[in-house]
Amino acid sequence: MDYDRRRFIQIAGLTTAVGITGSQNADSANETESTESHAVAQKAAGGGPQWAMVVNLKKCRKDKGCKACSMACNQTHNIPSTENPRHEIKWIWTEPYEETFPSQENHFAPDSLQHKQIPVLCNHCENPPCVRVCPTKATWKREDGIVMMDWHRCIGCRYCIAACPYGSRSFNWEDPRNSLKSITPDFPTRTKGVVEKCTFCEEKVAKGEKPACVSACPEGALVFGNLNDPNSEVRQLLRNNFSIRRKPGLGTQPKIYYLV
Amino acid sequence: MHDANKIIPGIVLFLLVISFPIWYNVASGQDAAPPILEKPVNATKCVEDVEYMRVSHMQLLDSWRNEVVRNGNRIYVSNTDGTHHEMSLTKTCLGCHESREKFCTRCHDYMAVQPYCWECHVDPTEIQ
Repeated sequence: MDYDRRRFIQIAGLTTAVGITGSQNADSANETESTESHAVAQKAAGGGPQWAMVVNLKKCRKDKGCKACSMACNQTHNIPSTENPRHEIKWIWTEPYEETFPSQENHFAPDSLQHKQIPVLCNHCENPPCVRVCPTKATWKREDGIVMMDWHRCIGCRYCIAACPYGSRSFNWEDPRNSLKSITPDFPTRTKGVVEKCTFCEEKVAKGEKPACVSACPEGALVFGNLNDPNSEVRQLLRNNFSIRRKPGLGTQPKIYYLV
Repeated sequence: MHDANKIIPGIVLFLLVISFPIWYNVASGQDAAPPILEKPVNATKCVEDVEYMRVSHMQLLDSWRNEVVRNGNRIYVSNTDGTHHEMSLTKTCLGCHESREKFCTRCHDYMAVQPYCWECHVDPTEIQ
């Protein structure tokens, strides 16, 4: 075959052109796919509520010794009180401002925030690290965004405790019934060797009620609601106020928002 | 057979020893009577019929726990009569069966099974 220089360049050019259009087509196909999967995600998220909480620190009186939220939680969920701080079980508790928001460290922060006791609980992350590491799927993220626990299935390996960047998980080193002063029969206790944490009172949410801590707060500093509803109280608060979240740089996307 | 005078008495003795529990029970007159269970006073029927509950209550409770904890469904519709019940060990089961001790535990002891439901779930009559 006679294959001169001119013919070679023609074929090479044609092949390149075909190659480029082909890959462009593939790119646009990928793009459509990713838009579609985003739409699917949005639809899944939009199909039902996404529960979240707003903590209004301007109203919270934790630093004045108010313990209404944690006491209500402890009683509702049969959380034992132990004298050994290493065996402590915590669902909602307090941390000083500096430890709650380490990235917001500021020697000249307002007096109202400096050393203030901040109520903290499970952040019910959109991207929960505890769920990724659980080997038995004893903890998982529900469609409504609640990071739930199945205590029947927990084997007590404590990977989730290591994974959680917020210290929201506690391990039962001893039988909690030994240190419970009174038991609420409606909610089970846990047993020695399982991990536990805040479940956003999913048993109350299922009945259309608010979480125990939200109902108990005398100042209305805790607001619970649906992020998918643009008219919900949480969305209005977030729209009209500046809010911060704990350790946002980790990419866990916490769903507890703090108004400072 | 060599040493038949030792082997045969040996076998007889062995059989007597391993069958000891059987003839001891026969001799003592204590037959293994099924436990006497106290039935609920204020209810006449369970969520399903008695035969099903007797054989399969553990599978039913297992499906209840998965439905409630993992799927968030809390209402059980009876296959026997279509009635609705909350899937709750403490509220529904113990709501009718007043005494766990005289119902659950008696039979579980007889069957030599040790379910650990009550290590976490609460028997309201046991709270001080």
